[in-house]
Order: sequence, then C-alpha cells, then structure tokens
Amino acid sequence: MKFGEFGGQFVPEVLIPPLRELERAYKSMKEDENFRKELDYYMRVYAGRPTPLYFAKNLTEYAGGAKIYLKREDLLHSGAHKINNTIGQALLAKFMNKERLIAETGAGQHGVATAIAGALFGLKTEIYMGSEDVERQKPNVFRMKLLGAEVIPVESGSRTLKDAINEALRDWVATFEYTHYLIGSVVGPHPYPEMVRDFQSVIGKETKIQIMEVEERLPDCLVACVGGGSNAMGLFYPFLNNKSVKFVGVEAAGRGIETGKHSASLCAGKKGVLHGMLSYFLQDEDGQILTTHSVAAGLDYPGVGPEHAWMMETGRAEYVAVTDEEALKAFSILSKLEGIIPALESAHAVSYAIKLAKEMSRDEIIVVNLSGRGDKDLEIVMKLLS
Amino acid sequence: MTVTYPETPWLVTFLTAGDPNPKLTLEYMLILEKYSDIIELGVPFSDPMADGPTIQKANVRSLKAGTKIRDVFNIVKEFREHSKKPVILMTYYNPVYARGIENFVREASECGITGMIVVDLPLEESEEYLKACEKAGMDTVFLAAPNTPDDRLRMIDEASSAFVYLVSLFGTTGARDNIPDTAFKLIGKAKKVCRKPVCVGFGVSKKEHVKSLVDAGADGVVVGSAIVKLIEEFGNDAHQRIDSFVSELRKGLSNK
Repeated sequence: MKFGEFGGQFVPEVLIPPLRELERAYKSMKEDENFRKELDYYMRVYAGRPTPLYFAKNLTEYAGGAKIYLKREDLLHSGAHKINNTIGQALLAKFMNKERLIAETGAGQHGVATAIAGALFGLKTEIYMGSEDVERQKPNVFRMKLLGAEVIPVESGSRTLKDAINEALRDWVATFEYTHYLIGSVVGPHPYPEMVRDFQSVIGKETKIQIMEVEERLPDCLVACVGGGSNAMGLFYPFLNNKSVKFVGVEAAGRGIETGKHSASLCAGKKGVLHGMLSYFLQDEDGQILTTHSVAAGLDYPGVGPEHAWMMETGRAEYVAVTDEEALKAFSILSKLEGIIPALESAHAVSYAIKLAKEMSRDEIIVVNLSGRGDKDLEIVMKLLS
Repeated sequence: MTVTYPETPWLVTFLTAGDPNPKLTLEYMLILEKYSDIIELGVPFSDPMADGPTIQKANVRSLKAGTKIRDVFNIVKEFREHSKKPVILMTYYNPVYARGIENFVREASECGITGMIVVDLPLEESEEYLKACEKAGMDTVFLAAPNTPDDRLRMIDEASSAFVYLVSLFGTTGARDNIPDTAFKLIGKAKKVCRKPVCVGFGVSKKEHVKSLVDAGADGVVVGSAIVKLIEEFGNDAHQRIDSFVSELRKGLSNK
C-alpha cells in the first residue's frame, strides 16, 4: 500500500470506505480472466496497441552517441498514453456498477481520454478543468464536448490542474455511491498510484519484448517525462528488477528552477501531503502549495506520484529537469529530423535523451517514451516560435 | 489560564484564521466567545479540498492578507489573554507536516490551542501525530462520516480525546437549508458506539438546526460557513452581524 514512506491514504474520513471498495474491486478484477481479456481486446482493436518501438536513426545520428529508440505512444487513439489508463479504469467502473465518471484534467489530454472511455462504455462523464486551462486549451474542451462529456470549469484556487483535482475530490465525497473518480496519473490516495501504474505498465512490457526482438538485449537507459509520472511509471515498472537498466525521469524546469517558475517537484520540492498522498510537492515553508509553470500543461502539477518519490530516495531512478526553451528546441528537432511532432511533455524527454546520448557510446541503447503527439500544442508553439 | 470545557451541549463556532486579516479574526473570535462553548479556528490552506465555496474563499482571503502559520498561533495567544474557552484548530495535514509534526503541535499548544482536527489525516496515518499530541497535552478530534463502519467509529472515538466530530452528510462544508437524514442516523449510531461527546458539523446554519440536532442527542453542534459567509459579505464591518447571528444560534440550545 506504500512505497517506503510514500503514498498512503491522506483523505477525509468519508473517502475511506469508497477507497476500500475500489481497492477490493481492483484486486479481484486484476486476477479476473474476463476482465483481462476484455481490457486486452479494447487495447488492441480500439486503442491501437501494441504501439511500435521505433529506432530513430536520424535523431541518433544527430546526437552522435547511443542509439535512441522511441516508444510510440503518440500513435494511440486519442494521441497519448492516457487512454491505457482510462479504458482500464472505465472498465473497472463498469464492473463496479458505477454509472458516472468524473476526472480532472490540465491540458485536456486525460479529460479527452476519459471522455472517450465514457462514450465507449456508455458512462455519464464530467470533467473538472481549471478555468485558466479551459481558456488555454480550447480545442480539447471542444473535443470533450463532442465526445459527450460535460466540462466543468473550476474557478477556485489557482484555477489549474491541482484545483481541478480538489474539485473532483469534492464531487466524489458527495457522489461516490454511483460515481467513479478516474484519476489520470500515478497520484492520489492508494490504490490509485498502483492501479494507474499497472494499467500503464503495458508500455514497458511491450518495450521489453520489442527491444529483445531487435537488439537481443535490454536497453541501458529509459527516459520519460514526469509530471504526475504515469507514462514514466508505465515504461519503467516492468524493468524495475533489471538493475542494469537505468531510469531517468525528466521534470519541467519551466523558465529555470532558479526563477521559481517551474514544475520540478522532485528536483526542487519538499516532502509533503496533498491529494491523498505523501510525496514531493512544491510548497512554501508553511506548507502552502505553490503555483507552477511549464510550457507543457501536462507537466504543470506541483506534486508527483509517490512511487517516483520512492525511486528517487532509493536511487533506483534519477530525476532531472529540462526548461521550456530546451523542450521547444527538441520539439522542432524531432519534427524536422524524424517527421514526428511530439507533445511538448514528451519533448522534455527527447531533449534530455539527446543530451544523454551524446555522453554514451554508440553501442548503448536509450528508449524514450514518446508519450503523446504534438497536435494539441501547435497553437502555443506557433506563438512561442514567432 | 486553565482552559475548561463547559457542560454539554456545546455550540461550536468556526472562523478561518486571518480572514479577512489576523487582527479582525481576534475581534471576531471574541464576539463568538460570548455565545459559544468552543471556538474552532481554521488554518488557511492553499488547497482546502474538504471545504465548500464559502470556506474556500475565506482561505483565499486569509492567504491574500499574508497570514502565516505563526500568525494563526499568535491570534490564539492573544485570545488567551481574554478567554479560557477551548480553541480547537482545524487544519489540513500539510501545514502540520511541513513544520514538523512535533514542532507544530508543541508551538500550537504553547500558544494556548486546546485541541486539533486534521481533516485529511485518518487514523491509519496518525501514529506520529498522536504521539506528539500526547506529549504536548494537545486534545485530539477525529472525524467520522455517515458511511463510517461501527468498528472504525469505535477506533475514532478512542483516538479522540476531546470529542468526535460527526460529518452530517456526504459532501463538503457549507450552509444548507435542511439537515439531512444521514446526520440524525449518524448521531443515533455514534451515541451508541462513542464514549466521548459527539459534535455534528457540515451544513448547520440555523437556530432550528442546532435545536433539532441537540434534541436528537448531539453533544455539540458546529456552525462554520454561515458565520464565514457574514465575513464574505461584510468584511471588516461584520461585528454586529456576527454578534446577532451567533446569539440567535445560541437560542437553539434552549435546554441550557
């Protein structure tokens, strides 16, 4: 239930019984043959799994060091890895006889992926989204509406992702009897971090098989961006016991850690408790949670999944941070060299992988999780590059 | 000054510390004090996820006024020069954790805070906190909800030294027109299971509510948002409004 001291269930008393119910349901479904078959079916024929592991030849040449492979989660239906989790949890909600889904979203990617799952399984879907983000991410708001979901703008606090989570929790406290709260990352109270990790682990499981097929050995290093950290956990987790495989999580340094305008909870935060978990958070000396910044809305969160906190403390994974500017540069490089427009979140991972590859030898292997595609970011990139 | 709990039933009234600023909080507390048995003081937090819109806004006002945890403690320290009524601090866990659990509890106790409620700290996570409270002589209050099973309610009762806080409904804090059935059912259950006094909060906003809950067996009734709403409306000049509102609430405890 915990990752070392991290994780836990720091929630108001009223949420303890629904969390227990979820825990029980998830445990039994995990072992249930029919559930697994159904999930596998939708992953293949609906979401588009398995996704390819692509050897980025041009990017490798450009970096001039280790071989760089890209795990193409950007090719999934909805354009990002989020759907691995939303289909899984929506199926679980159906098995639990819940008729309604709620979710939080920042950039709108998880909201869209939840709206898709809601449409697919006939569940009423309501998405909480900070009003600031509603303004910044209009196309995704429209997408969610098209998919039949209701988008509820959140006016409280900083009007961004953390406030959307607060609001979704407030909803769930009143509605848990018929509502499943579909958390979008490896965050929140137990069992969410574990459950979301398990649904996302399909990324790492496939990667393992695919790299063995091509290279006949495991990679030396896995690189993924970390906001809450679900795509990174999904890639890392199946390699946890392969000690030769190094994990690097890339946080958002925004305008630079020293400016205070960033979202690097592990690199620059302190231990704390928010959203049901003990983890690392960006906070002041009184424990007030700070507002964050990243050009990538999906990384714009003041906390991080507890299992990442644990992997940092134990030294299993290393966490670094990449600035907005560096991410934008990687965004352009990958687009021009490989014909792949990455999500700005994933561009953080690409940026660090280029740096890292340069320091490694040509027979070494890096796998980068290309967690999403960049279509959603065109407007903001256009603004920033012009 | 020795703090003593008056005889039950209690009227417990709530303010967010620092709303609209620390100086006025003290003035408003002293008004509440005239009619209340216990004062509950909320620690302002950036992410009050168990609170409805009214108290959320109070948190924003307080933090905007620059209220620090130290200010919250100082408010109570000054309050102690005027009153020996119990003050229960209601806080989210992160401000406690950030200061160091033992430090927070000790400082709070030294400033005259009688007890603490940590909204998002369930029993399972509270070992260190309970130790710190015991060491500092700080009273504890844990929350129970309408869906809390009996065996858990028993544990909550055991861990609570001052009283058990019964959450009347499934939802966040905030004034409501009517007290839902869940509240009365919970009082019935809690009176059977708990040895400590039980106080009911969330949604209570009228004299009639206070009366019906006390009649149903509650040892105390907590009113928060309805008072905070007056500060939202009248800001720095809410004295008279708070006075007449809380004196009216007091009449709900007719048998006292």
